[in-house]
Amino acid sequence: MGTWQLVRAGFRQQSQYRLAMVAGLATNCVFGFIRASVLLAALDASTGAFAGYTRESLAAYVWISQALLGAVLLMVPTTAVGERIKTGDIAVDFLRPVSLLAGHLWMALGRGLFTLLPRGVPAVVVGTLTVGWFLPGGVAPYLLGAVSVVLAVAGSYLGAHCVALAGFWLVETRGLNALYGIVATFLAGLFVPVDLFPGWLRGLAALTPFPTFLQYPVDVLSGRVVGLDAWSHLATQAGWLLGMLLLAQLLATLGRRHLEVQGG
Amino acid sequence: MSVVEVDRLVRDFTVREPVPGRRLRRRARQVRAVDGLTFTVGPGEAVGYIGANGAGKSTTIKMLAGILVPTSGTVRTCGTDPVRARRRLARRIGVVFGQRSQLWWDLPLAESYDILAAIHRLEPARARRRRAELVEELELGGFLATPVRQLSLGQRMRAEVAAALLHEPELVVLDEPTIGLDVLSKQRLREFLVHERGSRGTTLLLTTHDMGDVERLCERVLVVDHGRLAYDGSLSGLAATVAAERVLVVDLAEPVAPLQVPGTRHLGSEGDGVRQHLAFDPTRTTAAAVLAQVQRAAEVRDLSVAEPDIEDVVRRLWSRSR
Repeated sequence: MGTWQLVRAGFRQQSQYRLAMVAGLATNCVFGFIRASVLLAALDASTGAFAGYTRESLAAYVWISQALLGAVLLMVPTTAVGERIKTGDIAVDFLRPVSLLAGHLWMALGRGLFTLLPRGVPAVVVGTLTVGWFLPGGVAPYLLGAVSVVLAVAGSYLGAHCVALAGFWLVETRGLNALYGIVATFLAGLFVPVDLFPGWLRGLAALTPFPTFLQYPVDVLSGRVVGLDAWSHLATQAGWLLGMLLLAQLLATLGRRHLEVQGG
Repeated sequence: MSVVEVDRLVRDFTVREPVPGRRLRRRARQVRAVDGLTFTVGPGEAVGYIGANGAGKSTTIKMLAGILVPTSGTVRTCGTDPVRARRRLARRIGVVFGQRSQLWWDLPLAESYDILAAIHRLEPARARRRRAELVEELELGGFLATPVRQLSLGQRMRAEVAAALLHEPELVVLDEPTIGLDVLSKQRLREFLVHERGSRGTTLLLTTHDMGDVERLCERVLVVDHGRLAYDGSLSGLAATVAAERVLVVDLAEPVAPLQVPGTRHLGSEGDGVRQHLAFDPTRTTAAAVLAQVQRAAEVRDLSVAEPDIEDVVRRLWSRSR
């Protein structure tokens, strides 16, 4: 089956960069320590409810989000598509009997899933070794969590893919990319959990797909959100995914009408 | 039925340029890359599509493949509208852009073929057989496990051709396939293409700057200049029309009076006749025949043959038609 082959190819593509993986893991761990100490100190000093977070669930939030950070495309949302539009290599993508999105999405999914192995799992291990056991009991959080993570990896890729497609009109998308990276990372709940946002900001975040890229999978995987709420998280993720799929297809269709590949 | 049908095809590009003296203003200017092209290519034909840089060759090819949308006019490739039926068409055509890669540069070469087979949904047995065939004929066996980014240019071009032919397309479009290759690599690639066409009846459309490519691969030549068709016919006809002569330059043992060799024109002498330039029509005689005649008149120390370049052919064609 073609799709599976593409996912596997992305998986293997990412496996070529072993040293980069180690470097990424080291960075994830350092920032994990920093975030964990800041947030736990804030929790200790807090007199309020702290959105229901306990020491354990806060540690789970920090370390699971650090673990997912390599797999979801958030802080530096650069994609091959963006580069290819800029250089004109996108012409080659249009020579293939698949949609522009399918050709890239499946491989991106494979790359993301591979990244979970060398960067995700060790980050969680480092976290549990330093702050104690925070993983949930039972099977459900892991099963639903796996689905949620796949949706987040695909969704975050799609967001970056749509930004990259703006290159059909803008050519240079570095500025847009940087803005997207900052806004998406913040609203995804990397710096502060979305539930600790003031009400108006939480409302704003809910109007974007960004929380579904990080906060949602962390909630489901850490067992903070269970049962019907977990299913509702998955449904929201799937809804945003579908919306972004349609947007990506629309942009690709319009972009091709606008495409100018001159020379070579 | 024609494999390619192009009718009054036009493509404009918008070029934005700064306005002198006004830092923020930019002026949009329309540049017509393809200007009313009309031609057809029949099944099994081998057509050389030549023209100077910026003549509109690559733009035409991109419209044939459904990558670019025409500004006006129509294109039909393999009987379909390439923009509407892009994905269906992609299974039936193979394109090599000499300047762009369709391989995955950070993966071993073999994996690119796996991915392409998956994308084209080739039946596994068929894909394996075809891949083995291409690996043997294009001599890819030695570097299938090498990441694409570490291939030499010659290796990569052969790998690119294999990638474009993996799904056994009925139309093969090669855009500058021999660019940057050494003589031996060029020769091997040409031999392969001749063989491939002979055994499968593939239709071949080739853009190139290299007259050698055209001579060895194509029966028919389309010359495009400033987006317009300047010539459509056989290569020998082209040579006859514009006198695309080759020039034999001989260095002689001692000065001789200007050589008079039948079938050639004496273009000039240097060093009192130690070096002489003789132009000849390659469709009428050969460099060897001319040389044999020269040797009867004088002792030859060294020689070289200059090929007519495409720019020269196009320029002459253009000045003729005015």
